[in-house]
Amino acid sequence: MADAAIHGHDHEDDRGFFTRWFMSTNHKDIGILYLFTAGIVGFISVAFTVYMRMELMNPGVQYMCMEGARFFVSEATCTPNGHLWNVLITYHGVLMMFFVVIPALFGGFGNYFMPLQIGAPDMAFPRMNNLSYWLFVAGTALGVASMFAPGSPDGQAGAGVGWVLYPPLSTSGAPGMSMDLAIFAVHVSGLSSILGAINMITTFLNMRAPGMTLHKVPLFAWSIFVTSWLILLALPVLAGAITMLLMDRNFGFTFFDPAGGGDPVLYQHILWFFGHPEVYIIILPGFGLISHIIATFARKPIFGYLPMVYAMVAIGVLGFVVWAHHMYTVGMSLTQQSYFMLATMVIAVPTGVKIFSWIATMWGGSVEFKTPMLWAFGFLFLFTVGGVTGVVLSQAGVDRAYHDTYYVVAHFHYVMSLGAVFCIFAGIYFYIGKMSGRQYPEWAGKLHFWMMFIGSNLTFFPQHFLGRQGMPRRYIDYPEAFAYWNYISSIGAFLSFASFLFFIGIIAYTLMAGRRVTEKNYWNEHADTLEWTLPSPPPEHTFEQLPKREDWDKQHSH
Amino acid sequence: MAHAKNHDYHILPPSIWPLMASVGAFFMLFGAVLWMHDGGPWMFLIGLTAVLYVMFGWWSDVIRESVAGDHTPVVRIGLRYGFIMFIMSEVMFFAAWFWSFFKHAMYPMDTYEGSTYIPPEMYQVDPFHLPLINTLILLCSGAAVTWAHHALVHNESRKDVENGLLLGIALGVLFTFLQGYEYWYLLSAQDWTFGGDKFFSNFFMATGFHGAHVIIGTIFLFVCYLRVRAGHFTAEKHIGFEAAAWYWHFVDVVWLFLFAVVYIWGS
Repeated sequence: MADAAIHGHDHEDDRGFFTRWFMSTNHKDIGILYLFTAGIVGFISVAFTVYMRMELMNPGVQYMCMEGARFFVSEATCTPNGHLWNVLITYHGVLMMFFVVIPALFGGFGNYFMPLQIGAPDMAFPRMNNLSYWLFVAGTALGVASMFAPGSPDGQAGAGVGWVLYPPLSTSGAPGMSMDLAIFAVHVSGLSSILGAINMITTFLNMRAPGMTLHKVPLFAWSIFVTSWLILLALPVLAGAITMLLMDRNFGFTFFDPAGGGDPVLYQHILWFFGHPEVYIIILPGFGLISHIIATFARKPIFGYLPMVYAMVAIGVLGFVVWAHHMYTVGMSLTQQSYFMLATMVIAVPTGVKIFSWIATMWGGSVEFKTPMLWAFGFLFLFTVGGVTGVVLSQAGVDRAYHDTYYVVAHFHYVMSLGAVFCIFAGIYFYIGKMSGRQYPEWAGKLHFWMMFIGSNLTFFPQHFLGRQGMPRRYIDYPEAFAYWNYISSIGAFLSFASFLFFIGIIAYTLMAGRRVTEKNYWNEHADTLEWTLPSPPPEHTFEQLPKREDWDKQHSH
Repeated sequence: MAHAKNHDYHILPPSIWPLMASVGAFFMLFGAVLWMHDGGPWMFLIGLTAVLYVMFGWWSDVIRESVAGDHTPVVRIGLRYGFIMFIMSEVMFFAAWFWSFFKHAMYPMDTYEGSTYIPPEMYQVDPFHLPLINTLILLCSGAAVTWAHHALVHNESRKDVENGLLLGIALGVLFTFLQGYEYWYLLSAQDWTFGGDKFFSNFFMATGFHGAHVIIGTIFLFVCYLRVRAGHFTAEKHIGFEAAAWYWHFVDVVWLFLFAVVYIWGS
């Protein structure tokens, strides 16, 4: 992307490297920074999973030993190091949730394309936009520091408490500095997201192109708008919950300590009041991207634009009233469980509206399987599988058996690791030509897709079986009976990792030597939002002349 | 340039503040962790200084831009949206503390089978002594700020604006002082402890965070006072003042809930 700005037509870009990337007030540059940083953190986080799958490949503990972490099988004695395992699952979760997916979809694509789609010259608060980015970096730094700080009661590094940070494990169970650093990392990343959400909402409400009423805004911009509201209203609650943890840990408070009348279940409630909207925060921007990609490659306008918009709004609203389905087993009354079960199942309705509208968009269309469309197609399949297992898990009775088993792991990886991550890849292949001015090699993108699609299904589909057999999640080891599917699952994980390495290669090649993109719209006329009226890459300042209505209003219902 | 811009949005030059702010925040929080684990406060203080310096510099820039006329009508609408949403996020932050309070008030642990917890018998603060006085003080302070706001909007004398603000600030300081006195009284004369029990946890965190917001709001009003004296505000254009007033009313409302819930119901 080094040459991304040279093409500005009106004037040369005279910003120095430091000014451009460290002092930026430009939504497109900040979007690229977000994507780049999220990619690096994502690589770290994925590398953890490869090590974890190595360990789970065979029964018994071979690699994570008290005698030292190993990367090769050896004959030396190995005392299992459960703390190391716990640390890896914790940081995999925390990094993916807070430092990879939100920054990539909401921070990266949201920053770059939401203002472009609504014809805004920049974000409403360009300087605060950069604060969001740099706070995300500061949060990442605190998170990484936390990994190396002493955490466990016996002084090992890292906090092995699970990404949900449940007390008492996260209070008296993790006495070291590590847990406090992790708490602050989440605080800072939350602040970053809240500031970002304020910025996005203001931009969306205040800076749309003349004539672009709310019912004419492109779906991706709508998805960012809805996501912003979820962030704005959910993340401060999490900040409260983890501040309580901090007080319990360091100042003798007893919010969650029964010895002082506190209640650990209270933490679970407050956490999931944030945590459930969080899963929609993760997936909604992906919904937006997929809508544009499917419409483009089916060569049809999106089916049911308005229902699509209000389905997202409905998902956002309902997302706030279903949180306790994550905690059916804590001893809630039957009435509570019934309510949360019912409310959860209701979410399947707007989600179904979206899935069927995407399918209806392709119906009768002239579908062209370019790489982004493959990813979108993959997303549809995987998200539907994850959605269906979600309906299974929403039933309090069935959840008795499935709670904290690999069935849950499979479910949420199908919607997040496969759903949201496939959206990220779909977005990257769709937009990399626009962002960098260079196009990826089509064969490589397709190969990446098939490797990842097969790899990730191989990883997670068998985990449904393991869950049904009763294998609990969050353990370093398992009995012989679970060996078969774990082996398959590990093979899938290695294949996915190989596809990720290949993807890094594709990106490096594209940015340095990819074919130059000369046209503004390198797909087809159904990619008809405003970013496709700009050069690739867009100049430093876009829409200094606000777009005219005929630039974006194509008469059909979008 | 081939195209001149034809919009009134605010396009900003590059700025070092965001980067400095997050470097400062990192050191502040890393230092806070060290401090909590007996490592001394120095790193925290250095980080805090950096953060405060950024706040000063950044908001000075904003004021300069405002004076220079960058805040066109459409930008002012955006600033208002932004500040309203900031307050909404604050409301949700307090929701967490109230949630904890309600949970422990409605479903206390000592009613659970098998719980050995016995609540201490010392929660009585008479809400209709000092807390009621404090409620009135804060409400009067809000009214004084509204007086100043009206004087500004209706173009009355600047003296009224200044007096209203000064009165609001003075009452805010008085509130903080009385809250501090109440804390001291409860902790030293009434055997309350800072933590150690869920009621104390809820009480001190909820009122403490409110108190922090009062102090921040007081500073915000004081900055507005200085800006009134510098003649920054007009009847049409006074976003900074408006934001401070909104913030102050938000702090008021939170207090009314605290008073009704934590003080009256809690006792």
